[in-house]
Amino acid sequence: MSTTSTLAAPAPQRHEVPVEQSTRGERIAGLLQRHGALAVLGIVVVVASIRFPSFGTVGNAQGVAIQSAFLAIVALGMTFVIIGGGIDLSVGSVFALGGVLAAYGSRWGMLGALLLPLVVCGAIGLVNGLLIARARLAPFIVTLASLLGARGLLLALTDEGAQTYLIDKTSAFAKLGQGTLLGLGYPVWLALLAFAVGGLLLQRTRYGQAVFAVGGSEQAAAMMGLPVARIKIITYAASGLLAGFAGALNAARLSSGVTILGVGMELDAIAAVVIGGTLLVGGAGSVSGTLCGVLLLGVIQNVINQIGTLDSSYQSVVSGAFLIVVVVVQTYLSRSQRLR
Amino acid sequence: MTDLALPRTARLSAALPQYGVYAAVLVLLAFNAVFTDNFLTGANLRTQLIQVAPVLIVALGMAMVIGTEGVDLSVGSVMALSAAALPLYLGYGMWPAIAMALLTGVVVGAVNGLLVAVVGLQPIVATLALLVGGRGLALVLAEGRLKQIENADLLALGSDDLLGIPVVVVIAGLLSLAVGLLVSRTTYGRQLVAVGGNRAAATLAGLPVRRVLLGTYVLCAVLAALAGVLATARLTASDPSAIGNLMELSAITAVVVGGTPLNGGRIRVLGTVAGALLMQLLRATLISHNLSDSTAQMVQAVIILGAVYLARERRR
Amino acid sequence: MLDVRGVSKRFPGVLALQDVSLTVAPGEVHALVGENGAGKSTLIKVLTGVYTPDEGQVLLDGAPVSFGSPREAQNAGISTIYQEVNLVPLMSVARNLFLGREPMLPGGLIDFGRMHREAAQTLARFGITVDVRRPLRSLGLGAQQMVALARAVAVDAKLLIMDEPTSSLEPREVQTLEAVVRDLSAQGIAIIYVSHRLDELYRLCDRVTVLRDGRGVHSGKLADLDRLHLVSHMLGRDPAAVSREGLTGFEGHHDTDAEPLVSVRGLTRRHVLHDVSFDVRPGEVTGLGGLLGSGRSETAKAVVGALPLDSGTVTIGGRRLRRLNPAAAIRAGMVLLPEDRKAEGIVPELSVRENIVLAALPRISRFGLVSRKRQDRIVETFMQRLRIKAASPEQPVGELSGGNQQKVLLARWLCLHPRLLLLDEPTRGIDVGAKAEVQALVDELARDGLAVVLISSDLEEFVEGADRVVVLRAGAVTGELTGDEVTEAGIMAALAGEQA
Repeated sequence: MSTTSTLAAPAPQRHEVPVEQSTRGERIAGLLQRHGALAVLGIVVVVASIRFPSFGTVGNAQGVAIQSAFLAIVALGMTFVIIGGGIDLSVGSVFALGGVLAAYGSRWGMLGALLLPLVVCGAIGLVNGLLIARARLAPFIVTLASLLGARGLLLALTDEGAQTYLIDKTSAFAKLGQGTLLGLGYPVWLALLAFAVGGLLLQRTRYGQAVFAVGGSEQAAAMMGLPVARIKIITYAASGLLAGFAGALNAARLSSGVTILGVGMELDAIAAVVIGGTLLVGGAGSVSGTLCGVLLLGVIQNVINQIGTLDSSYQSVVSGAFLIVVVVVQTYLSRSQRLR
Repeated sequence: MTDLALPRTARLSAALPQYGVYAAVLVLLAFNAVFTDNFLTGANLRTQLIQVAPVLIVALGMAMVIGTEGVDLSVGSVMALSAAALPLYLGYGMWPAIAMALLTGVVVGAVNGLLVAVVGLQPIVATLALLVGGRGLALVLAEGRLKQIENADLLALGSDDLLGIPVVVVIAGLLSLAVGLLVSRTTYGRQLVAVGGNRAAATLAGLPVRRVLLGTYVLCAVLAALAGVLATARLTASDPSAIGNLMELSAITAVVVGGTPLNGGRIRVLGTVAGALLMQLLRATLISHNLSDSTAQMVQAVIILGAVYLARERRR
Repeated sequence: MLDVRGVSKRFPGVLALQDVSLTVAPGEVHALVGENGAGKSTLIKVLTGVYTPDEGQVLLDGAPVSFGSPREAQNAGISTIYQEVNLVPLMSVARNLFLGREPMLPGGLIDFGRMHREAAQTLARFGITVDVRRPLRSLGLGAQQMVALARAVAVDAKLLIMDEPTSSLEPREVQTLEAVVRDLSAQGIAIIYVSHRLDELYRLCDRVTVLRDGRGVHSGKLADLDRLHLVSHMLGRDPAAVSREGLTGFEGHHDTDAEPLVSVRGLTRRHVLHDVSFDVRPGEVTGLGGLLGSGRSETAKAVVGALPLDSGTVTIGGRRLRRLNPAAAIRAGMVLLPEDRKAEGIVPELSVRENIVLAALPRISRFGLVSRKRQDRIVETFMQRLRIKAASPEQPVGELSGGNQQKVLLARWLCLHPRLLLLDEPTRGIDVGAKAEVQALVDELARDGLAVVLISSDLEEFVEGADRVVVLRAGAVTGELTGDEVTEAGIMAALAGEQA
């Protein structure tokens, strides 16, 4: 398909077709939508640094980074899914399953420890995608079912959760989770790498453009000849893959496949994505925003720990409240933009 | 023109989601009667019914929400909130405590309903926020601890019988009847279905769409809160970290397996009852044949997908 | 170059296309016309790969083709632009223009610099100068349609299908579009042009195919067919009869000197309605005239409170409605039969009975309980009176034909005994028999003293139905025609803005 034919397009008499200008209010609204999370993150970090002397230390920052790395990788996949107009509730279970499979597979060395979770979790994502894109089932119910299915598989593998597979602490795979480079754990670097690749994929490739189009208007995307079903399948498969990868990394860090992890993680991932400015209805968003959202959640958790007297359950209260506020604001912003 | 002769397969796939669930319940009962020892005994059936009661109560509310073309993911968290609120007020006696527990349901339901009906959020999104925040709040309320229930009245609610039937089961039965009548015989019920079937048409026909939606989410949450109270009474302890986990999934399963379409406009109350029973019997069957919980979970996952898939076939 | 041979397409209960044939040569602009429900959109969907035909063949450049998806059709050189702009509103203009065929840098990344440059150049040729990085939704509808057209042409199209491309455009945008179409045909691109605007067809098209009830009823040179014959093919009526006795079930006009029942004053909503005022008298049919996008449907919706307003009042029987919402309007006796029956009218899963009594529920209930006996009485009365054909009152309304669905909706309103009935395209997409019945019913209701507001893009229906016409253009009232001024010519002139 060449694009030169556009140049051969006709040149009729120049009628100016009326084009409407966006108001300043709309531009501010858009700005707030895209960079709100970053601004809040900055404020929280500054306030917390002043308030708690132990917050603004290098050690604490390193801690926040490594604790956020796993959620970040999961949330990256979720970002693509949500921009594409869907939702993936299975990632928490798949994350836990990935950890168990990695620990199980570590007996065959590094390759087994990585390949086994990636293949199985990727396959779960693929099945999600097939059911959603080909059989046209609602994403939330499909992924809710695979949440259950993945958890069942995990229990079946571990003798109903009674058995915990261990990873040899001296193995190369364990190093992948525990080693550090320039003071930051390998998982942090891997998460950053994943975000860099993800950002390029989303913003600078045809696949990324298609994800935006499918989420923005599935009908229009189909009419414009995009392979809608394939895009969706790839997106869900990638989400499963990333969740499994994050689980494997986490297992490497803990040196064991802990079975009770990942419960409710899908909710944190969704919260991070949405707080990061991605529209929950799809069609707009960014991976950089998601990174801010993940860090914001991590910092808030850290602050709650710093206060010390607060129950750690406050974390989910804050996440839930944040989620409501952000989504309500998003709704009003996009409504004010749409009124023409 | 109106009496179209559908091909046979089409008729079958239309009938399956409608009546399949009753057939499946019967098949499972028959299977167990033959192959499972001590299944059709009073004691076992009693246990099954007691176990299904909270799920059924939540599923009734869920059926109504799904009938409006919505979904409520926060029901499990509401159960936790209600369970957490219960021991805080037991000092004033059982009834005030139950009232406070149900009040948490009213509050959560009102927030859900406002977000959906007034702000205009997608139901999944609105209720997701309370799924996240609700359980956290419950744990904060309970200070993260499990609390033994020592109020005799409340414990009796969980363990006593009425005319030989456990109170919990009686309550679930009466509620099913009430919801059935509410949906089929009242103005609210018919408006509810119309709102789910075609929101724009309902608005133009002058129906109080917002009020209906708000009321439905509140009802659903109150039913979930009640389920939380009953489950707590049966457990003899308030355990907000465990109670109602994945309840949204069980409830949605019961509703969908019972033949209520996810895209709204139709509510099958009897089907929902049968759907809840079916899933309970299935689990009991698997366990009594020494299949593990993990297998039960995977089977449940497959059944949900199958039910949704069949329901999709029915819709042209 | 395009050769459609004997194509049939069946849906459950309907034969949407029956043995339809059509040929289009390179550089030809081929008009495809027919009333709503004639099968035009089904045929287009067959050509663009949305549907596969049950019988027959589609040949492109002499070779049989079968498309499984719009993508395959596009790759084969068939592009389509739709009445509703089918682009992604949240994405930028340039991204929409190049979606799926973005210029690439070596290494698999998109060359945004080149994309933006080329997008700006391409759009300039279509008369649009705009920052191509802006989201599409910030553009006006006309500009969006031009982007869609630019996109359709840019993909090396051999055949361009245009489905009512001008229905939401301003007159000068239409001019630009027509110029583009001529230019494309000069380049040898074959064009199938669907429109309800006869003027446009006669200006642009070489040949015409007329569809009616899923069949091709005429094919030939457009110049050889005068308007009356074209219309008679579309409607399936004898041309002589058309000119002699009219096409509708309306019988003559109603005269009334009654005081206005409803006074609408200063309805305003930013970008949609500007200070719309008019009166409606009982026993008279007031037409709201205007082209699509003139604000006629919006006005009707605003009157019954279904469209939020910035300002404006509605007074009925001397009482000004304080709050304007559908429930209040219905209580005051004002009801609207909406334009989009499926989206805004019927509740398809509910039965005929429940659809009829839907709005009346509070009136026939006691303490929130519905009285079945009263329901049955109402339903029986209206099913007889309107001759609603259903297997039983319990049949889901979604299974009925369009005409019967429309009658169910009419029954829903009539059982409330309204004082003002607003009808937005009451006979669109329903069969001829039902159409005449609905028209006769409206006629009778007006005679009995009901105030009726009629919107119709069926000109005959409009002229014969309306006693008075309030003309709307671009969301504002531009004039009013009464008595003898209500003729096709008068209305056309008024709509076109050449006020007599």
